[in-house]
Amino acid sequence: MSTIEEELLERAKLQEAVHDRDREIAELRARLATWEDQYGAVPKRDTLFTTVSGREVRPLYTELDRPDAAAADGDDRLGFPGSYPFTRGPYATMYRTRLWTMRQFAGFATAEETNARYKYLLEHGQTGLSVAFDFPTLMGFDADHARSLGEVGVCGVAISSLADMERLFDGIPLDRVSVSMTINGPAIILFCFYVAAAERQGVDPAVLRGTVQNDILKEYQAQHAWVFPPEPALRCIVDMFEWCSENTPKYNPISISGYHIREAGATAAQELAFTLRNGFEYVERGIARGLDVDAFAPRLSFFFDIHNDFFEEIAKLRAARRIWARGMKEKYGAKDPDSWRLRTHCQTAGVTLTAQQPENNIVRVAYQAMAAALGGTQSLHTNSMDETLSLPTEKAVRIALRTQQVLAYESGVPNTIDPLAGSYFVEHLTDELERDALGLFEEIDAMGGVVPGIEQGWFQQEIAASAMRQQREVEAGDRPVVGVNHFLEGSEKLEIDTLKIDPAIERRQVEKMAAMRSSRDDESVQRVLAALTEACRTEENVVPRILDCARAYCTLYEIRAAMEEVFGAYKEPVFF
Amino acid sequence: MSEDRKIRILVAKPGLDGHDRGAKVIASAFRDAGFEVIYTGLHQTPEMVVSAAVQEDVDVVAMSVLSGAHMTLFPRVKELLDEAGADHVLLTGGGIIPEEDVLALEARGIGRLFGPGTATTEAIEYVNEWFQARQSA
Repeated sequence: MSTIEEELLERAKLQEAVHDRDREIAELRARLATWEDQYGAVPKRDTLFTTVSGREVRPLYTELDRPDAAAADGDDRLGFPGSYPFTRGPYATMYRTRLWTMRQFAGFATAEETNARYKYLLEHGQTGLSVAFDFPTLMGFDADHARSLGEVGVCGVAISSLADMERLFDGIPLDRVSVSMTINGPAIILFCFYVAAAERQGVDPAVLRGTVQNDILKEYQAQHAWVFPPEPALRCIVDMFEWCSENTPKYNPISISGYHIREAGATAAQELAFTLRNGFEYVERGIARGLDVDAFAPRLSFFFDIHNDFFEEIAKLRAARRIWARGMKEKYGAKDPDSWRLRTHCQTAGVTLTAQQPENNIVRVAYQAMAAALGGTQSLHTNSMDETLSLPTEKAVRIALRTQQVLAYESGVPNTIDPLAGSYFVEHLTDELERDALGLFEEIDAMGGVVPGIEQGWFQQEIAASAMRQQREVEAGDRPVVGVNHFLEGSEKLEIDTLKIDPAIERRQVEKMAAMRSSRDDESVQRVLAALTEACRTEENVVPRILDCARAYCTLYEIRAAMEEVFGAYKEPVFF
Repeated sequence: MSEDRKIRILVAKPGLDGHDRGAKVIASAFRDAGFEVIYTGLHQTPEMVVSAAVQEDVDVVAMSVLSGAHMTLFPRVKELLDEAGADHVLLTGGGIIPEEDVLALEARGIGRLFGPGTATTEAIEYVNEWFQARQSA
C-alpha cells in the first residue's frame, strides 16, 4: 500500500470511531430522555435536594456529564494514587500500607490529668496524640493571669511553661509518638516548649514527628484565637518554616485548616477555597523570604472538616489535592513531588452534633468518618457524642475511637484505593468544587489577597452569611435535623453522663505557677526575654530566642509580652 | 413588641472563647426581628460588657458562652450590673451550659439560658414577653 492509501485507511478508521462514539452518545441521550420522562411523571418528596452547603444536585448523573473523561485530558485530572495531580490519593498504596492515624484530640484540666488520658488512649489502640489547650493558653495567657479567671483547664489543658509541658508528656516517649498541637496565636511559643520538653527527655529534635496547627490566617477569618497582628504573625510562621526545615525535618510546622472556617458556617466550597488560598499565601511568604519552596513545602499539612453531605465531602478532599498539586507545580514552580502532595488530617463536624437525643451523634460521626476514609485522609479525629454538652467522657471517647476501628477493620473501606473514582456524580462534584474554589480565588485576589480580605472583614462576613442561611433552613424545617426539627420525642432530656471540671483545678494550677516562678533564676529569665524582644526588632529568626526562653522557664505570657512589645496586639474589626 | 420603642439588646462574647457563630446568628436574628442590636465583639471582660451595657442604655444583655466559664462569667456580669445600678437589665444568654448550671444561675437572678439547637425565634419570643411584662408592671 502506498503512504496515501495508508493515510486514507487510517482516516476512515478514525471517522468510523468518531461515528461510533456519536452514535453511542445519541443513544445515551435518547435513553436519558426516556428516563427523564419517567422521572418527570412521578411526584417527588417535598424536601431540599441540595447539599448542606446549598449546592444543587441533580437526581442522576451519567457519562454525558463528563464527555471528556475518556480523553487524554481525563487522565490529567485524575492520575494514579501517589502521582500528580494526586486526585486519587497522596500515596501510591494508601491504606494497604498503613491505615489513617487515629488521632483523638484531647486535653482538659491540668497536665497531670491530660497525661493520664493520653496514656489511656494509647493503651486503647490510638496511634497518635493531639493536644487540646484551654482558652487562656490559646490566647497566650498564663493560668495565673487575671484574664484567665474561670477558664483554666476548662476547655483543654493549661500549659503555661516548659514545666507544664514536661508534666504533659511525662512517661510518653516523644521520639516514638507523633503529637499534634492545636495552637495558633502563640504557636511558636508552645512549639518551643515542646522541643524543650523533648530535649529534657533526651530526644533529638531531628526525630520529632507531629504537627503544630500554627495557621493564623484562619484565626482572623474564623476561629479567633489570635495574639499578634497579621504581618508579625506571618513572620513568625515563616521563621518556623525555616527553623523546622533545618532542625525538625519530620515535623509539620503548620496545619492549614479549613475545619474552623467550616465550623464557623462556611460552605464546602468556601472551606476548600479559603483554606487552599491561605496555604498558597504561606507559600508566597516563604518564597518572599528567599526560602527554596521545595525546602519547606513538603512539610505543609492540612486539616479539613468532614460535614454531613457524604459525597460533597469526599469530592472536596479529592478536589483539594488536585488544586494544591496544580498550584504548587504550575504557579509556584515546586519541583519536588512532595511539595505537590497534599496530606491532610480530618475531623468529623462538631457543628452537626445535637444536644437533643445525643446518642444519634454516634451515627452521624460514623457516616462522616466513612466519608473521610473514602476521601483519602491521612489521619482522623472522630467526635464524641456528648461534645455539645461538655468535654467528652472517657466512655464517649472510647465509642468515637471504636467507630474508627470498626470502619478500618470491619467495613472493607480501606481495601481499595479511591473506590469512588469514575463515579459520574463524584467526579462531577470534584470538578464543580474545583471550579468554585478557583472562582473564589479570583475574588480574593481582586481584593488584594488574604490579608486585605481579613482587614475588610470579607471572609468573616461571607462565613457569617452562610451560617445565617443554614440557620434559616433549619428553623424553617427545610433542612431536617433528626431530633431537633424532625422526629422529636417530646422531652429531649439528657440521658448521658457528662464530664465536669473541678473548679479547684484553677487554684491548684495557680499555686504551681507560683512555686515555679519562685524556683527560677530571675536574672537569666530577664536576660533571655530582653534578647527575644531585641530579636523581634531585627530580621533574625526568633525560634532560637524563644527556645532559650522556654529552657529558662519563662512563662507563656512573659514570652508573649516580650514579643508584643515590638509586634503589638491584634484588634479585630467588629461587625455582624 | 412594644409599640413605644425598639428593645435595645447588647449581644456580648465575654471571656477568651472565640466561637462567635452563635452570637452573630442571634444578633442578626434580633436585628431582623426589629430590635436595636449592639454587638461587643470578642474577648470581653465582664467589666467591658457592663460598661457597654450602661453606655448603650440597653434593656437586655445576651451573652454567648461556649467555653465552660459560664459559672464565673454570668454571676460576675450580674454583680457588676447591679453595682452599676442596672439591675433592671435582663441578663440572658446561651451556650454549652449543663442543665444543673442553668438552674443554679437562674436562682441567682439570671434570665433564661438557651442551649444548642434552640430556634432563634424562641429567644426572641422570650425577650419580647419579658419586655411586655416589664412595661405593664
